[in-house]
Amino acid sequence: MSGFLGSTVGKKYLMGISGLVWAGFVLAHMAGNLLIFVSHDAYNAYGHALTSGNIIYVAEAVLILALITHVYTAVSLTAANKSAKPTKYAVAASGKKKVTLASRTMAIQGSLILVFVILHLITFKYGTHYETTVNGVVMRDLAKLMEEVFQSVGYVAWYVVALLLLGFHLSHGVGSSFQSLGLMEGTYRNLWKKLSYAYAFVVALGFIAQPLYLFMFAH
Amino acid sequence: MSGKHINLTLKVWRQKGPKDQGGFVDLQAKNVSEDASFLEMLDAVNEELVTKGDEPIAFDHDCREGICGACGFVIDGEAHGPMKSTTVCQLHMRNFNDGAVLTIEPFRANAFPVIKDLMVDRSAFDRIISSGGFISANTGNAVDANAILVPKADADEAMSSATCIGCGACVAACKNASAALFTSAKISHMVLLPQGQVERKERATRMVAAMDAEGFGSCTTTGACEAACPKEIQLTNIARMNREFAVAAATKREKHGDGGAG
Repeated sequence: MSGFLGSTVGKKYLMGISGLVWAGFVLAHMAGNLLIFVSHDAYNAYGHALTSGNIIYVAEAVLILALITHVYTAVSLTAANKSAKPTKYAVAASGKKKVTLASRTMAIQGSLILVFVILHLITFKYGTHYETTVNGVVMRDLAKLMEEVFQSVGYVAWYVVALLLLGFHLSHGVGSSFQSLGLMEGTYRNLWKKLSYAYAFVVALGFIAQPLYLFMFAH
Repeated sequence: MSGKHINLTLKVWRQKGPKDQGGFVDLQAKNVSEDASFLEMLDAVNEELVTKGDEPIAFDHDCREGICGACGFVIDGEAHGPMKSTTVCQLHMRNFNDGAVLTIEPFRANAFPVIKDLMVDRSAFDRIISSGGFISANTGNAVDANAILVPKADADEAMSSATCIGCGACVAACKNASAALFTSAKISHMVLLPQGQVERKERATRMVAAMDAEGFGSCTTTGACEAACPKEIQLTNIARMNREFAVAAATKREKHGDGGAG
């Protein structure tokens, strides 16, 4: 198997699988967060339910493993790609043969998203610990923290930019993963691509709606 | 051939040899017939250079019919120029505006070192082919037509993969200088046919290893290769190669000892 994992194709398998793990996570994360539109209690109760069992540790372990895999393969492939093409063209393709910006800038998007994820964890997971009681159960009041954080224009703007970037990354990444895994063939080839765009749009829109909503309508 | 004529400014990459640093040189292409191909335009520029006692621009070419894969360079950042499904020998000057300034560069890739001017060494492709792009099983005499059944869809797909002329535009267009489109086309056109089954796994394993060993980059699915390919080789081939490679790795058998009957 070392031959497989050492090859460019094998690394793309790892990158695709780990990317899809995170793509699945962001959809679930976005969908769960939509409870903020229902009520603060519903949102907090959902967060509490997620974190009270042991399953959270399993999920976190899988995500961390996927993240390490994704970043490792990204760094190693990007370095190899750079040395494979040391000289760039004097003029960039601008006509029928140019390619999408999203597909050309995956590495830089990924780096910025990684920074965002770290800061996001600091702000929320490791942020101020407020408490509230929902149906007699004492739990963390994440909704309050969220509301507080998204009163700042700067924060909201940074989130919107970062989440647009995430959408951008997903729009190419999800489809490209299916390609790397060897599934983008035959009749459904273009369907995968369209699904990738739709997925990115839904995830980015769903996420962005939350800080915007809290900024404009909370308090 | 009394069509319109145009004048162009060419910024051509001139490099005396593999070790020379090289650089762009401005040249004028005057009174170019719109019916001329890009290579014919360069021929005329070269004639002028030779008359003046200068070195002509070196570029690869052979059939000039778009079927051999010998020619190829980059015009304004696009491999084989601005037209889709076209090699530079089949690219006509009517696609350019009078007074245009065109930047002409060799294919850029670490695995394609420049030999001179616009000529690059593409022998890395030959080495990928020799690692497994063939069928070595003895087939005996030619069998009757239709004795080996091939579904029409497979035959069509294999044929379209087999139209790859190995020009290297895919590598040139790719920001990672990936040879995935070329290698996958060469794997595909055999794996889709019954004759290609015997060496199926070994072929995928060896050709991908050879591709990596030559120092080509990996596929990021930008689609630049597909857009640049004069033969419209599709990205589907790369998906197929990846699957072939993974299946080969996952189902590899242990080697048995040599020997056997006789």
